[in-house]
Amino acid sequence: MEYGFTTAAYVVAAVLFILSLGGLSGQESAKRAVWYGIVGMALAVIATLIGPGAGLWLLSIVLVAAGGIIGFYVAKRVQMTEMPQLVAAMHSLVGLAAVFVGYNAHIEIGRVAEIMAVAPTSLNEAGLDTWLGEQGLGTFGKLISHKTTAELNILKVELFLGIFIGAVTFTGSVIAYGKLAGKVTSAAKKLPGGHVLNAGAAIISLIGLFWYVGSGELLPLAIMTVAALFIGYHLIMGIGGADMPVVVSMLNSYSGWAAAAIGFSLGNDLLIVVGALVGSSGAILSYIMCKAMNRSFISVILGGFGGPAGEQMEIEGEQKPIDAEGVAQSLKDADSVIIVPGYGMAVAQAQNAVSDLTKKLRGMGKEVRFAIHPVAGRLPGHMNVLLAEAKVPYDIVLEMEEINDDFPDTDVVIVIGSNDIVNPAAQEDPNSPIAGMPVLEVWKAKDVFVSKRGQGTGYSGIENPLFYKDNTRMFYGDAKDSVTQLLSLLD
Amino acid sequence: MKIGVPKETIAGENRVAMTPESAGMLQKLGYECLIQSKAGEAAGFNDEDYEAAGVKIIKTAASLWKEADIIAKVRIPTETELKRLTKDKTLITFFNPGGNEEGLELAKSKGATVIAMEMVPRISRAQKMDALSSMANIAGYRAVIEAGNNFGRFFTGQVTAAGKVPPAKVLVVGAGVAGLAAIGTSTSLGAITYAFDVRPEVAEQVESMGAEFVYLDFEEEQEDGAATGGYASVSSPEFREAQLAKFRELAPEVDIVITTALIPNREAPELWTEDMVEAMKPGSVIVDLAAEKGGNCKLTKMDEKIVTPNGVTIIGYTDFPSRMATQSSTLYANNIRHMMTDLTPDKDGQINVNMDDDVIRGATVTHQGEITFPPPPPKTQAIAAQKKPEPPKELTPEEKRAQEIAAFKKETKTQATLLGIGGALILLAGLFAPASFMQHFIVFVLAVFVGFQVIWNVSHSLHTPLMAVTNAISSIIILGALMQIGSGSVLIVVLAAVSVFMAGINIFGGFLVTRRMLAMFQKS
Repeated sequence: MEYGFTTAAYVVAAVLFILSLGGLSGQESAKRAVWYGIVGMALAVIATLIGPGAGLWLLSIVLVAAGGIIGFYVAKRVQMTEMPQLVAAMHSLVGLAAVFVGYNAHIEIGRVAEIMAVAPTSLNEAGLDTWLGEQGLGTFGKLISHKTTAELNILKVELFLGIFIGAVTFTGSVIAYGKLAGKVTSAAKKLPGGHVLNAGAAIISLIGLFWYVGSGELLPLAIMTVAALFIGYHLIMGIGGADMPVVVSMLNSYSGWAAAAIGFSLGNDLLIVVGALVGSSGAILSYIMCKAMNRSFISVILGGFGGPAGEQMEIEGEQKPIDAEGVAQSLKDADSVIIVPGYGMAVAQAQNAVSDLTKKLRGMGKEVRFAIHPVAGRLPGHMNVLLAEAKVPYDIVLEMEEINDDFPDTDVVIVIGSNDIVNPAAQEDPNSPIAGMPVLEVWKAKDVFVSKRGQGTGYSGIENPLFYKDNTRMFYGDAKDSVTQLLSLLD
Repeated sequence: MKIGVPKETIAGENRVAMTPESAGMLQKLGYECLIQSKAGEAAGFNDEDYEAAGVKIIKTAASLWKEADIIAKVRIPTETELKRLTKDKTLITFFNPGGNEEGLELAKSKGATVIAMEMVPRISRAQKMDALSSMANIAGYRAVIEAGNNFGRFFTGQVTAAGKVPPAKVLVVGAGVAGLAAIGTSTSLGAITYAFDVRPEVAEQVESMGAEFVYLDFEEEQEDGAATGGYASVSSPEFREAQLAKFRELAPEVDIVITTALIPNREAPELWTEDMVEAMKPGSVIVDLAAEKGGNCKLTKMDEKIVTPNGVTIIGYTDFPSRMATQSSTLYANNIRHMMTDLTPDKDGQINVNMDDDVIRGATVTHQGEITFPPPPPKTQAIAAQKKPEPPKELTPEEKRAQEIAAFKKETKTQATLLGIGGALILLAGLFAPASFMQHFIVFVLAVFVGFQVIWNVSHSLHTPLMAVTNAISSIIILGALMQIGSGSVLIVVLAAVSVFMAGINIFGGFLVTRRMLAMFQKS
């Protein structure tokens, strides 16, 4: 098959991928957009398979199918609350694949150099290509063989970068997966030495780069890989659980840049295009998340909240508990209700009970809406997906900016398993670690009920003055049980 | 230890400091409960009810005072009662320590601990034992009911077959606890309610109860309520004039006036003058909740109801809580019970007067033979000091225009700088890099650009599907592996094969999971 056909297929695939991402601007168009992505991917894979350079078709197809079955099984089985873990785990696969492909490119350079050294000098260009084919070189090999020294050096830099980013993505994602799945402690942990270690590893990698470009040996590449694996591990270990939305989108971005770097080294434009799309998407998501927490990207990446700036406001008063009957009574009297879900709802798997509650209240003629903070949950948009799974219609699920002004006119706010995103200290206490972070102003409503497992400060360890406000009542207990109790009392 | 509750000795006092319900709670704290026979009768609680709740009935007051270690009651104790105290006894009651020096001296000489319920500081933590507030709440409610009882018309406006009835207009002066309760009752009865308070920061509370706040046309730095622990303070003569002028304006209009203005430890301020009473319509009603301290209206007679020559009824009762003895006893008994909970941190039936605790320190007026009144100022403020918000400067259209132009210029400048730097870098790279690299680089830059443009439009709620789908398409790395898998080297084939396999998982997993998620988004 001609080279032209493959390129044409790539162009179409690239357009489809762009459309696929663009379609996510609305819920309805998104359903179509996924198909663009699927078709684009199928087209790209088939074009590469039948295009020049690929061999071992059968093996490739069998492997893709085998991976596909696993992927299919995982996708069917996964709980919506486990979505953050799944996404992190999948990033690690992309990272590792990038490392392998990068190493392959390195090995290929070595082979090509060996073969070229014994190539008969009498051959013209076409003859040389044929001869190289007889020696067992694929398209990629031939591509390398035509490169000048400068081009070879650039190629080395590219594959070096690809491996570096891939390795960071790999260990980083594995740790992120562990943290999200609760297998690794979610607290921010650093080895003694902290960022000096990271900086050291980065410098080692940089030295490795010059060494590698100069010598072309395997050793610097291997040293750099170890350093990069360490950076990925240590960087993510140092970031606390509450910052996970940023971490996941950042790893998403890295996996894209890794693909782009590999695309450069393989001279494949589609890889470059898609890698760049994914990379910029992840970067924008990270930016949005950081903005929602009023923190700079750097301070999130360097981990920790960076110590409070001064004496924090003392909180006066006590948390006043209430039982299910009290909450049910207020709900019966209320005309408008806003529910603010957080990670606690996901942990307790309470989304279906919440959805039933919503249906019941709406059936009683009350206005029920959901207020979603951008960083609620452990993944950008996490709450929206959970609520959608529980069949809460998306047009009553609103963003922070859309709903924040409505709280003063609201009778009852139910906060389910969220903490920092409803913390008034962000506005009231300039010394609070989260000062200036935009928050949902739930305390302006008439009554606020906070469903929470017990007293305590939650993920970030910041005291929440909301719990002590006069119009706040604490509804202790597991979120799912609490909401289920409410359901039976509302009949 | 034993908690005993005697029958109130003052005539007309119907309340009691313990209900069968609160007795149950006290027993859970480890106390044994005693009550004088018939103590709760006037409040609707029989001896049998108490017995059923496990309370021991004692015949006479004398033996009760003797047997109990802790005595809880409502009214300020009489001399006889105080004489019954001994060194190890604790008395919890209203005590009026500010105006009851003999009582304090007597209690001190007996060595007993006296906890005065009206001295509970006004902080959030102590609200559950703030008996003044619970009694004021009842007084406010009852004031409206008494007014209605003496008012010859409906509260709510009605259009009936027999004709139209205008709604009653109620003015509540002083929006403390009693005032707010009165506002709530009056609005729920359907009256048009106005409310006034010298503290402008309560306007919001007044409006939240459904009344209209009466603003004065007066420019003065109002003293912040936070400085005085949430109570009103004395206002300047000019302010008072403005206030009275406003009331004079309102007097002919309103049908019912409820005054609740009290300043701690002072005579009640005169707010409703005689000429205002004269200006009111016949049949109007004034309820003066400050009657005990001389009244906000000088015509008020304490504990009496009078009718002025122009037909205005003035009610000066001071026993509103006692008139609703069941309700007020229940609340008061709960206040006592919460106080006991704080006094019994170990729930072992042993009282522990912890003088380091702000609330207990504040309420204790004599302890171990010492008078501990007045208490030092509490460590924490009752309500947060109000910050004076800086009024946003009104911009003239010219200034706005100038700002916009400046912002636009700044934006242009940053964009131009960024483009310049970026362009220069790319040109620099182009000088050294080979053409084949630059070709790919153009593609890369354009793709990043397109990516940024496209992703900004993705809706917030679809961020998780966005991550899943970008995850799936980032397995485009499979192309690299597929290109290498045909190589002659075994090692390359193996590594490429593993990559193809992993990318395969990702492609299918990513797309399927995205589809699953998107299928769930439904419109209502």
